[in-house]
Amino acid sequence: MADYQIPELKEYTEPPRIAEGAMGHLSTYPAAPQHQEALGFPGELVEGWHDKAIEKFDELLGRSRSLRVYLDACVRCGACTDKCHYFLGTGDPKNMPVARQDLMRKVYRRHFTLAGKWLPWLVGAADLTEEVLDDWYNYFHQCSQCRRCSVYCPYGIDTAEISMAAREIMDHIGKGQKYCNEIIAKVHKIGNNLGLPEPALANTLEGLEEDIEEETGVQVRLPLDVEGAEVMLVAPSADFFAEPHVDGLIGYAKVFHQAGVSWTISSYASEAANFAMFIGSYEQMHEVAQRIRKAALDLGVRRIVVGECGHAWRVAYSFWNTLAGPFDFLDPAYPVPQHVCEFTYDLIQKGALKLDKSANDHMTLTFHDSCNVARASRMGDRPGGQFEIPRAIIKACCNNFVDMPDDTIRDATFCCGGGGGLLTDDLLELRVKGAQPRMQALKQVADEHGVTHMASICAICKSQFAKVMPDYGFDMDSVVSLHQLVSNAIVLGGQAEAAAGTEEETEETAAAGQAGP
Amino acid sequence: MLTAAYAILFYAATLLLAGGLAYKVWQYAKTPAPLKIPTTPAPLSLPGVALRMGREVALFESLFRSNKWTWIFGWMFHFALLLVLLRHLRYFTEPPWTWVVLLQPFGLYASYAMLAGLLGLWLRRVAIERIRYITGPSDHLMLLLLCGIAVSGFAMRYVDRVDIVALKAFVLGLMYFDWQPLPADLMLLIHLGLVAALMAVFPFSKLLHAPGIFFSPTRNQADDAREKRHLAPWAARLESTGE
Repeated sequence: MADYQIPELKEYTEPPRIAEGAMGHLSTYPAAPQHQEALGFPGELVEGWHDKAIEKFDELLGRSRSLRVYLDACVRCGACTDKCHYFLGTGDPKNMPVARQDLMRKVYRRHFTLAGKWLPWLVGAADLTEEVLDDWYNYFHQCSQCRRCSVYCPYGIDTAEISMAAREIMDHIGKGQKYCNEIIAKVHKIGNNLGLPEPALANTLEGLEEDIEEETGVQVRLPLDVEGAEVMLVAPSADFFAEPHVDGLIGYAKVFHQAGVSWTISSYASEAANFAMFIGSYEQMHEVAQRIRKAALDLGVRRIVVGECGHAWRVAYSFWNTLAGPFDFLDPAYPVPQHVCEFTYDLIQKGALKLDKSANDHMTLTFHDSCNVARASRMGDRPGGQFEIPRAIIKACCNNFVDMPDDTIRDATFCCGGGGGLLTDDLLELRVKGAQPRMQALKQVADEHGVTHMASICAICKSQFAKVMPDYGFDMDSVVSLHQLVSNAIVLGGQAEAAAGTEEETEETAAAGQAGP
Repeated sequence: MLTAAYAILFYAATLLLAGGLAYKVWQYAKTPAPLKIPTTPAPLSLPGVALRMGREVALFESLFRSNKWTWIFGWMFHFALLLVLLRHLRYFTEPPWTWVVLLQPFGLYASYAMLAGLLGLWLRRVAIERIRYITGPSDHLMLLLLCGIAVSGFAMRYVDRVDIVALKAFVLGLMYFDWQPLPADLMLLIHLGLVAALMAVFPFSKLLHAPGIFFSPTRNQADDAREKRHLAPWAARLESTGE
């Protein structure tokens, strides 16, 4: 069916030979005029787009230190050349981070540096021609903004910053991407990426309550728009219907239930995702984030907890305070915002959850560190908590856990291949090829340690893996939500019962914490 | 005539270097970073950030994680260059500082290491397909320039020895605006000409990685986004009109 080859899984990751133009044909669907205009961008490529692009470029250089410094600082040492999953999966040299940056850097040189104005041939400066603009469009939509390159760059140059700026410039001359811009418009209008209106949401949550009661015999609530609740949960909207996401949502509900904390979802801010980050628009990101603030104020909640979503957690953890803060109206005793993993982990630490690990005995788990969580955020109060806390939860819920090879996890983790606004079927070829490094690492632990399932805490990762894993010989349901494991293991019951299990549970948790690889 | 030409050359090069760098540093410093984007895990506080930056600048920590060969050659070149530069301080003070005198033999060994590092880096540019693809004329030229400086330096020591007493008088003369004749020695003229060229291109080339690293938000920001509200001036203006 596919008219491209699915990459082979090898024993070791070695950089491919370069294949010039290998992905030059792949161009994501452009935004239609109505998608553009809904965000205040021009509907189509504007008259005099070149000058307008350079003007916007100039403005961004004055607004963003990262852009300014990163366009100057690269020495082309090559440290990043074999770090991008899209290069590893496609061999297209323009998918090497430095070469991707150079698409923008050469225009920067031409217009904003003396050397590029006087000696363009010497420093590789070039005009922003239509051809270069097409390259921008294609290759800045082949970057998932995962920041793996920034880990390895001796100057910390982050290609995500460059690709965000490029997308921002393109949006402003009428050359936006359909997938992101259509979705952002939906959030502005309805409150979530899927365009689920309040009645549909209410209906879904009710259905889930019935499912849980049917399965467990316990009434676990998934409240919507409850004023005065203690906690507002902001989850990615995929959690409301997609598999395996929804099993994670059920897991959060069970955890809240056991914690005995009152909580609610907001139909106004029923989306943790903030795709405006992907298009590099501070203004759009600000507007989307403001919905969360408004919802929290309107509902009068005391805490905000964020569901399993990678880039959403980056925006929430790193940007919300900037975009929608200060959150002085929330309870200062808890971090604002708090990740649902932090919430669950705290309860486990306190021994407030009774977990039956054997409920997950049919699986051997590994954990996929999602790029934005791993390299652009934190959990807990220590650096690296974003790696330890999810693993500690898994180990508290499962008997069988194995990590993938060291150079593919934690801050060296590979993107799933679908992040950064690329989770669209028109980029499926890129997504399949970009998943290759992760699939290779997974295959290694599957072969050597019998790993059957991979847990994730990101809606994009889950959707992407469910879609591309079959191409690599894995079942589509071998990707699971982390809170799905919690959901399986959690023993529902009254507070007294939970408290009785406290001592035994603490011991188990401590043991699990030490059993690291 | 020759003395005047080189004196003016060095004044011009120094002005370009100092003025150009000052301008770039001012530009970097005044450009706000609108969002917190440290590459995590990152230190939680300023002392931690200083430590991270220190490791990055002194040991090339990230490069070490990335590629051992590039790290070996790159670190060897930079550290050796530092020693060589310090060794050259003897031309700028009379009498030379004691530690500069003690450093002399190390500075000499370092010059070999410097050239070896440069050649290693150059070899990578030619031999490895990926690096070849991203290498442009200016990258080769920069290596040529640096190798030229090293080789002409060696030539003055081993082939065509220079009257370093006269040279020192020239250098001190430059510093105190009391020009002394420059020894008319071909290798010295080449060496000094290339050094002046390196100084002059510094603020206009990829050598900006030197000040750039200190302003890199992924490296110089603390991971404290939840605790401290970070707001760029232009973003604050947006806020007051947005709500």
